[in-house]
Amino acid sequence: MDLEFSAAEQAFRAEARAWLRAHVPDRPLPSLETAEGFAAHRAWERELYAGGWSAVSWPRELGGRGASLTEWLIFEEEYYAAGAAGRVSQNGINLLAPTLFAHGTEEQLARILPPMAAGETIWAQAWSEPEAGSDLAALRSRAERTGQYGGGWLLYGHKTWSSRAAFADRAFGLFRTDPEAERHRGLSYLMFPLDAPGVTVRPIGRLDGKPAFAEIFLDAVFVPDADVIGEPGDGWRAAMSTAGNERGLTLRAPGRFTAAAERLRRLWRERAATDDTALAGRVADAWIRARAYQLAGYAAASAAPGAAADSPRGERGTGAGPAAFASSMNKIFWSELDIDLHETALDLLGPGAGEITEGGPDAEWLDGWVFALAGPVYAGTNEIQRDIVAERVLGLPRGR
Amino acid sequence: MRFLPDEDHRSYTDTVRRLLADAGPSDAGPCEAARAWAAGDHAPGRALWQALAGTGLPALAVPEERGGLGWFPPELAAAFVEIGRASVPGPLVETVALAAGLPAASGWTARLLSGDRLATVTDPAAGYAVDAQIADVAFVLEGDGLATGTVADAPSRSLDPGRHLVRCVPDEAVAADTRRIRALATLLTAAQLLGAGEALLQGSVEYAKHRQQFGRPVGSFQAVKHQLANVAVALEFARPLLYGGALAVRSDTGADPRDLPAAKTACAHAAHLAARTALQVHGALGYTDEYDLTLPLRKARALHGAWGTRAACHAAVLAGDLLPG
Repeated sequence: MDLEFSAAEQAFRAEARAWLRAHVPDRPLPSLETAEGFAAHRAWERELYAGGWSAVSWPRELGGRGASLTEWLIFEEEYYAAGAAGRVSQNGINLLAPTLFAHGTEEQLARILPPMAAGETIWAQAWSEPEAGSDLAALRSRAERTGQYGGGWLLYGHKTWSSRAAFADRAFGLFRTDPEAERHRGLSYLMFPLDAPGVTVRPIGRLDGKPAFAEIFLDAVFVPDADVIGEPGDGWRAAMSTAGNERGLTLRAPGRFTAAAERLRRLWRERAATDDTALAGRVADAWIRARAYQLAGYAAASAAPGAAADSPRGERGTGAGPAAFASSMNKIFWSELDIDLHETALDLLGPGAGEITEGGPDAEWLDGWVFALAGPVYAGTNEIQRDIVAERVLGLPRGR
Repeated sequence: MRFLPDEDHRSYTDTVRRLLADAGPSDAGPCEAARAWAAGDHAPGRALWQALAGTGLPALAVPEERGGLGWFPPELAAAFVEIGRASVPGPLVETVALAAGLPAASGWTARLLSGDRLATVTDPAAGYAVDAQIADVAFVLEGDGLATGTVADAPSRSLDPGRHLVRCVPDEAVAADTRRIRALATLLTAAQLLGAGEALLQGSVEYAKHRQQFGRPVGSFQAVKHQLANVAVALEFARPLLYGGALAVRSDTGADPRDLPAAKTACAHAAHLAARTALQVHGALGYTDEYDLTLPLRKARALHGAWGTRAACHAAVLAGDLLPG
């Protein structure tokens, strides 16, 4: 075993690095969670696409460059090390696209993915409802069969906590299509436009007041059959594959954390009193955990074609169980690392700088901290993930 | 980049695991050997080490030109995970590290490779050599220098009863690769910790599945489940660091030198969490001397600071160094 990248992988890294150096703006983009910032991030998506870096792991004909999982990990490392912006296309590229690759039709792939890669269509997720959070299968929003408009479905209901739905173009989510069926069945996975007649989007201010998420009210919103993913009634299975991607490597690539840990190390060098061993320990700990996640990613990439039973991910991780269960471990790990890493940065910044959110030179750490705080909640709370690890990975009896 | 054990590596790990699992209670398995070792009977422990050496274990630390099989830190790390899992007693980390770093001319390498002899060396931060009164030869490590050592004091009991801590004074200097000795000692200690942690998790999960209270298995309670899930996560992400650390020891593999102190910290943390959780999940049973799970439980704490304290590992990570302290 080794950690030496092949000549091709090194060339890929060099190419990505050179492109990013030439294109990443010197000043950070305005916050993604505002109308102005959203537009700037959309423009950045177009630039990424023009360079061929928007969705590196997709096939070329769909807007990608056919990169391997290892190359994707390399790209993400370079992307965040270059200080490039968080991806406004993340819900589409990281969550919807893998679901379409697994469950979508050729027609859907060809129609939906290229504009997604180009930043023309920005996607929002529509999972949670006021009464269906961790217990997602309790959702009540429904899709009713209709013969109107050439045949399809009419959506009714109320979705919430939909990230950036106030600015996005389309959304995907689960809807109940068979009210008689057992609660995990009779659900269908549908896509709909956020500007369609019958859609009302109400922005919700997140912790720092920015309209980062929204609730969506749906009243007879038409969805053609072509925008159902997988079979009607089989949406739960497709949704769980999206959840696996959301919790796993794809939503939060290791490169995001290794870059932040490296920035934290630099901040510590510049700002810390050298005798503050407690802070030094926390900086080291953040680096260690980011590196652990990075190496776990390399192990997963090495194991991907045929998943060997005892990869360095261990007997319980990628090896013994379906990847979806290892993804629960990932999600717990990166979400808690992200908070600790940013808390350490705020402590290093100290009073004043560790508090000033707007316009200050360190505002990015503050924005990152607010973002990190949501990590243990979204994509399935960490309590749900621990239940999954305990029951599916360790084999403990069901129950709460 | 291929960060994955190959077929030979995996089958060797299986060999070690099976050897330790098959050494059942009747012919003194690892737990019985550990208890005998603590009580002053070292024959079962030495026999176990001879069997392990028979699989070529120490030879994986010695290049062919010095009579070994090569230089295979990842394979050694995997083998020591099994040694940690089974609670095998003795200065095995030290013996293998010395086999890797002593010059062939010292005459010791061949004797250590055969499994006939055990060697030990002082952990510079602790100032003690583990089991020096039992080992066939002891060395003192100070800075970059190695010397043969003489036992200077009666052994002190460790909180792991299978370890005896002995002060030694240096005699004659020996030209040795002390960097390799220290790096391997840190790596293999981390590996033992990971193995101890995995044994503790597995034992705790089995216990929680079967122990009934309030008419149901205690493992069905979320309060218990989540603690065990935390242990699983900590171990899961310590293992890639252990392999990264093993590649860093090898130094021609593209690894980051910081992976070694990172591995020690992560394995120590995961094993410690596993030990605390095992104690809690087992209730009073885990607090007894007679229960076998208390062997890795005590070892996890004893090895926590051995061959690289948490503070020294953190400092090494921040400085970009391979060796803690």
